[in-house]
Amino acid sequence: MTPRTFRFFVPVFAVALAVLCSMLIIALSGRDPLLISGKLFRATLASEYGTGQVLFRTTTLVFTGLAVALPFKARLFNIGGEGQLQLAAFAVAVTGALLPVSIPPVMALPLAALAGMTAGGIWGAAAGVLKIRFGVNEVISTIMLNFIAQGVTGYLLNYRFAMPSTEHTAQTGAASMLPSLDHLTGLFAGSPANISLLLAIAAAILAAWYLFRSRAGYELRSVGEQPEAAEYAGIPSGRHIVWIMGAAGAVAGLGALNLVSGYKHYYEAGLTGGFGFSGIAVALLAGAHPLRIVPAALLFGLLEYGGLAVGAYVPKDIFMIIQALTILIVIGFNGLKK
Amino acid sequence: MENMRAVLQLSGVSKKFGDIEANRDVSLSVAKGTIHAVVGENGAGKSTLAAIIYGMHRPDCGTMTVNGVPVQFDSPRDAIAAGIGMVHQHFMLVHPMTVTENIMLGCEQKGLFARLPLKAASEHVRRLSRQYGMEVEADARVETLSVGEEQRVEILKVLYRKASILILDEPTAVLTPQETVRLFGVLRSLRKEGKTILIITHKLDEVLDLAEFVTVMKKGGISGTVSCSQTSKQELARMMVGRDVLLRVENPPPSAGKTVLSVENLGYRNAKGLLKLDGTSFSVRSGEIFGIAGVEGNGQSELLSLLWGMHDRKGAVSGKIVLDGIDITGMTPASICALGVSHIPEDRLKHAVVASHSVSENLLFGRHREPRFHRGPGFDRQAVADYARNLAGRYDIRCSDPERQPLRSLSGGNQQKVVVGRELDRPGMKLLILAQPTRGVDIGAIEFIHKSIIEARDNGAAILLVSSELDELIALSSRIGCLYKGSMRRIFTETEVSGGRTEELLFKQEIGLHIT
Repeated sequence: MTPRTFRFFVPVFAVALAVLCSMLIIALSGRDPLLISGKLFRATLASEYGTGQVLFRTTTLVFTGLAVALPFKARLFNIGGEGQLQLAAFAVAVTGALLPVSIPPVMALPLAALAGMTAGGIWGAAAGVLKIRFGVNEVISTIMLNFIAQGVTGYLLNYRFAMPSTEHTAQTGAASMLPSLDHLTGLFAGSPANISLLLAIAAAILAAWYLFRSRAGYELRSVGEQPEAAEYAGIPSGRHIVWIMGAAGAVAGLGALNLVSGYKHYYEAGLTGGFGFSGIAVALLAGAHPLRIVPAALLFGLLEYGGLAVGAYVPKDIFMIIQALTILIVIGFNGLKK
Repeated sequence: MENMRAVLQLSGVSKKFGDIEANRDVSLSVAKGTIHAVVGENGAGKSTLAAIIYGMHRPDCGTMTVNGVPVQFDSPRDAIAAGIGMVHQHFMLVHPMTVTENIMLGCEQKGLFARLPLKAASEHVRRLSRQYGMEVEADARVETLSVGEEQRVEILKVLYRKASILILDEPTAVLTPQETVRLFGVLRSLRKEGKTILIITHKLDEVLDLAEFVTVMKKGGISGTVSCSQTSKQELARMMVGRDVLLRVENPPPSAGKTVLSVENLGYRNAKGLLKLDGTSFSVRSGEIFGIAGVEGNGQSELLSLLWGMHDRKGAVSGKIVLDGIDITGMTPASICALGVSHIPEDRLKHAVVASHSVSENLLFGRHREPRFHRGPGFDRQAVADYARNLAGRYDIRCSDPERQPLRSLSGGNQQKVVVGRELDRPGMKLLILAQPTRGVDIGAIEFIHKSIIEARDNGAAILLVSSELDELIALSSRIGCLYKGSMRRIFTETEVSGGRTEELLFKQEIGLHIT
């Protein structure tokens, strides 16, 4: 098998193997695996509402997956998608609520998106600056920045922006709400899937173009592969590191649009719960290739919603096990290749 | 040769990796108590052959005998048991351990929890090192040793395992000239003690100096085995490359023009406060090659990094570097190269290429800012592909598909041609800075690279050549400056250099006087 086809089949094998393992685990927990998978299928892909729910989760996962994949080509590991997303969600919600009612959607939505991208982007770029200025490893700084983001949003929510006697911010104005796919096409009845799904796919295509076709991406990959040679070739590596970490944060921030403008229309604690971390898994499964992020995110979206849907029969934890197993098997296979 | 006892014999050995025939029908007979050299260009299959003999690869077909007994090795352990030892090009030593601990590692011959027989072992090591004239402190930590000493530890390790056949893979690649002389002394004394030595190299002078027999490999096969007393460098080169090779490039007299680069009283004190350059002054004119001779560590690397704007900014710079009237001291590499300066750095793999990128991406590396390759914020892929094909053709870069093939898969010589082609082709090139342009490159490619350099000179480029090979400096340079302790101690004029070419040995000695 050529390395190319091998790379392609690794995730497929891994998923198949992981599914097999989880069937076994379900059987061990005393349930009929076929029955459960039948239920899971009916609850997700076989129903419009279920499919919509899966797509809703997929959307955010594409964004947070890209937030890991972009810096990965510069050999940077962004663990901070969670914090970047959380800050951005807060910024989008607050912006949406504060904008005057008279502003039309064509202005309100870009402003909300800009607020999210700025919040996430600053958080990502901060890790880049810490790295090139003070040599702080980005893994450590992004983890710490996650904690800080959690603290900051928690404080701002509880002491500044929470509506009286609730635990969420004010409802955003109608102008900064994204139309749902149901509303637009009549499909996915009542599900939170919205048009930011298209934005996510566009972002993945743009990210692939940036990494593999643009001049900036060419320089970035050189910085990742051979930093010293890049310096000799006159490529400013520091600038690329800060920029790509900032871009990653901004992309994670766009994921907030799906959660806030497309679904909740306000910010509450736990809104972003874990999407940032699942994004790391999505990126690993996709081999950090932006275009493969989309199917990988779809799989994880399916497992996350499917886990909820059949939660009455088997513990949701089993689906976390499947996700983790898939990643372990992918990494194992890739290790075998070397 | 048949009348001597063959201690190691291979017949019809072949080895394939995928579609590549690394060794094809190799037959070889090594006589006891001789030094037998295997030469060939990079990628000719020398290292694979060594790996087969040492049991690291199993041949696809063919037989091997040691002392007349047919053998089949599954691992180096079997080879060691049969009395074969190998000294790898990259040493396999555990740095925090002592010399003795390293040497006995893997053959402690005691129970897992028993006390190590350290004392007996170090006694043995001392005895061996006395016997063969290899001075090494048995209780020193390996991390405190020089490269030459580390190599001696590797040889002792092999002798400690009672090897009678030693394989040395490119043993001189990492050594200074003085250390090389010492190594050869050791090898000769090993031969006197009846050991058989198989030495793999691509340096022909060394082969003729040291070995009795030499086997030439080409494209995985053997193109012949000859006695060193009955051959010449020229003949070996022809057997290696398959055609006549010009060992000394033709160098028509230069016609130097106006001054392009002038280095004025340049000084550099590094971040630790050590004076690395001390008032160096010289100039390079268009159409001439200014060579810089010097023993490593006398300021060459500092000079090169200052010229390219890559110096450690924590150090202190004095004096200035002027290129065509512009003071470039302290400018960035990008702005220096935009002024028409090309640079071939010393450490190619680390500084000049991205090995995992494709050949054409590497041909673009550092030149990707030129608008002719641009379309919008991306690249004009057609223009890049045309350019890559053109350069691959002109500089004889052998690769199947420049767009897809990673640079890593090319031989060392072809990698260097990628760098040379890219840098020499730079439009409006005024100055070319060369650091060890042919290090680790094989004969055929050296000839080609030297020709290209002379051609660039004749087209009016000013060329600065830093090389540790005096041969190369004398062959190419118009003038030669001797760098010693950070300053230019002596500059040989054009007439002195061209006169020196006729009396080369004397001239080398004279240069040697000014750099030590």
